Amino acid sequence: MFFDSDLLMSALRALTPILLAALGGAVCERAGVFNIGLEGMMLMGCFTAVATSWFTGSPWLGVLAAALAAAAYSLILAVGTVTLRGDAVVLGVAMNLLAVGLTSFLLRTIFGVQGTFDDPSLAGLPLVGGFSPLAYLAWAAVAVAALMLSRHVWGLRLRGVGEAPEAAATLGVSPARYKYAAVLVSGVLCGLAGAQLALGNVTLFSENMTAGRGWIAVVAVMLGRALPFGVLLAALLFGVAEAAGFRLQGLGLPQQATDAAPYVVTLGALFLSTAQRRRRTGRTTGVAS
Amino acid sequence: MTRRPSDGPAAGVDTSGDAPAVDSPPVEAPAVVELRGITKRFPGTLANDSVDLTVRRGEIHALMGENGAGKSTLMSVLYGMERPDAGSIRIEGREVSFGSPGTAMAAGLGMVHQSFKLFDSLTVAENVVYRAEPRRFGLLDRAAARRRVRELAEEHGLAVDPDARVGDLPVGLRQRVEILKLLHRGARTLILDEPTAVLTPAEADALFAVLRSLTAQGRTVILVTHKLREVLEGSDNVTVLRDGRVVARLRTADTTAAEIATAMTGRAVDLDRVHPEGSPGEVVLDVEGLSTAGVRELRLTVRAGEIVGIAGVAGNGQSELVEALAGLRPVTAGRVGLRGEDITHASATERRAKGLAYVPEDRHAVGTAPAATVADNLAMGHHRTTLASPRGLLPPSAVRAHARALVERFGIKASTPDVPASALSGGNLQKLLIGRELAHGAPLLLVEQPTRGVDIGAIQAIHDELVAYRDAGHAVLLVSAELSEIRGLADRVLVMYEGRVTASYAKSDADEATLGLAMAGGTAEPVAATATAAATAVATPAPTAAAPNTPAPDGD
Repeated sequence: MFFDSDLLMSALRALTPILLAALGGAVCERAGVFNIGLEGMMLMGCFTAVATSWFTGSPWLGVLAAALAAAAYSLILAVGTVTLRGDAVVLGVAMNLLAVGLTSFLLRTIFGVQGTFDDPSLAGLPLVGGFSPLAYLAWAAVAVAALMLSRHVWGLRLRGVGEAPEAAATLGVSPARYKYAAVLVSGVLCGLAGAQLALGNVTLFSENMTAGRGWIAVVAVMLGRALPFGVLLAALLFGVAEAAGFRLQGLGLPQQATDAAPYVVTLGALFLSTAQRRRRTGRTTGVAS
Repeated sequence: MTRRPSDGPAAGVDTSGDAPAVDSPPVEAPAVVELRGITKRFPGTLANDSVDLTVRRGEIHALMGENGAGKSTLMSVLYGMERPDAGSIRIEGREVSFGSPGTAMAAGLGMVHQSFKLFDSLTVAENVVYRAEPRRFGLLDRAAARRRVRELAEEHGLAVDPDARVGDLPVGLRQRVEILKLLHRGARTLILDEPTAVLTPAEADALFAVLRSLTAQGRTVILVTHKLREVLEGSDNVTVLRDGRVVARLRTADTTAAEIATAMTGRAVDLDRVHPEGSPGEVVLDVEGLSTAGVRELRLTVRAGEIVGIAGVAGNGQSELVEALAGLRPVTAGRVGLRGEDITHASATERRAKGLAYVPEDRHAVGTAPAATVADNLAMGHHRTTLASPRGLLPPSAVRAHARALVERFGIKASTPDVPASALSGGNLQKLLIGRELAHGAPLLLVEQPTRGVDIGAIQAIHDELVAYRDAGHAVLLVSAELSEIRGLADRVLVMYEGRVTASYAKSDADEATLGLAMAGGTAEPVAATATAAATAVATPAPTAAAPNTPAPDGD
């Protein structure tokens, strides 16, 4: 049987990094910051987690360092868009490109290797009940984010800032502060996502190892309409696609084809959701009436 | 409806000696807002020049002036959004200096901005309590927020569903949410910036009823507006600004619209000019059984040398009709003829080529390109005709010459034709738009809301242009929400109701009561306050005592 509990388990394992990053993206989206730098922040998290774990011997310190490093890295976006009023798309793309170059450079200067750093004595995260502790954290984060956004005063103000910053400002809420906070939260979550990827899913660092997961998280934010549970469902879809890809490999399909599965699903999902949105707001002419 | 300040509650003992030039009423309520010698300079302009303003408790005080007279600057200074270069502010007797709207709010001021500051995706309750939320265990207490909104709504007659999404509400209700927001924060003085600009007459009346009940409780209202009618009906005192200075302090009960208008413009203004009738020639626009979304089997004609006005409550198909005629909306049934040619399914470009010009309702989004220069905006459309060259190039010199000619002819105030259109004031942008379309000399002009949000001076100039255009032998189809505009300009008035032309009147028969009745569907009570005999006389659209060529009810 193709779809069984094993597939679901591996899907749940695969989705953790995407889910964590997408939650960060959703918080930013709600605050009115379009964050496509998730990929780069995540990659910074991967490298920091591996390097810290290697030098300290503690994967937990690796996780902590990854969260801090990615949060620091995310400040580029916060300062760039909020304080300097730059373009979030340009900055996000730049951050993603910079992260690839920077981590590859550091890999060479610190570890003296190219491509992949992989050592049996590198400590990864233990499994608890079949899952990485960060997987449980990710699920809890969904609930916490949902509660904060919909029920907490902080969430209400954040949503207001995202929707109409001027209106929030006239009521004495500083849009800049909330946007900074949202970007930092996304940095922390992306750092955790990176740590999970490099010390949970596998125990190694390789150049550009995020391989588009941050972009998939961006799509998950859109598909899930920046709602925490919506994002969870979208991430689950990609998790299943990734797990199914492995399974198809076992059935003899070429790896290049099966590796493409999550991306094909992304494309399809984007297409469907756009078509649906267009149907809902359909107009005959371009003129507002 | 008018009420003197002396009727107000808490007739206090104010003897500060700086009372405005109101003829010394015996007892006055204490001043809640006192601005003294406010001066604010922006690069190139003196927006406020030593302005004094005194507003007393329990009054509705109108601050009037044309666009650019300094009203908004003065209110920005009062509300902590701008720092004055000189002058002092006293609120409820205490000298203050606000660095932000937040501190002004804390002192009991509250402002409803002209463009609402609301969160569309949030509920009414969430909007009202935002930043002043009731909490329970650190979480937003939704039940308490809802309760608070209901209480405030009931107390002040501002009924609105606390759970409704603000984005789904009509403008009138959104304004209520804005007022509730201020009341929730305990505002004692409410500043409303052009509050009726977006309201229907009925909504405006409801708003004034609310403001009255607020002042009856001892709250104070400052009304920033340039609409004379509502000031006369709804305010107690009027301060008029012109060119940054106070030019008149009037008591509403003792003044007239003409006096205020003269103060605002600095010259005598005839407010209710009725232009002489034109002499219609042959049919230019011939619409037969036209149907499209919002318009049903509509029939009308417009002749050369004639202005046909379309009156109606907003949303009865007027915009859809004009869009269909302009080629922006597909026609589902019927026929549109322009000078004998069938243009029912012609594109907008083809229609223009055949002799149609169009002044759309939304001058910012549809009528002009705000980021493009004045010269480029004036060239648009003309690039196919007078400015066209065989190689498809637009010579900049020709574009500039064309722009200079129109700027001069229509009195558009722009420092150079190279500034972006967004730098123009609303009235000047409208002049640009109307001038550009008139310059086509097209046999048919479609014009929607030609003077919405435009100063009195500019209104008169625009009306004169439209009448001159008609007198030159062109046909004009005018859609306006302003009944006085329709009555002043149109040779024939058609009333649209639920997508059809339901009544047609000759100029002489189109009085406000008659039109008001027809606009309400012909069955409701007349809305106009002046309705007396005329309202009862007109049960059917066809006028009885009309001129020899009484128009048929089908609008022909």
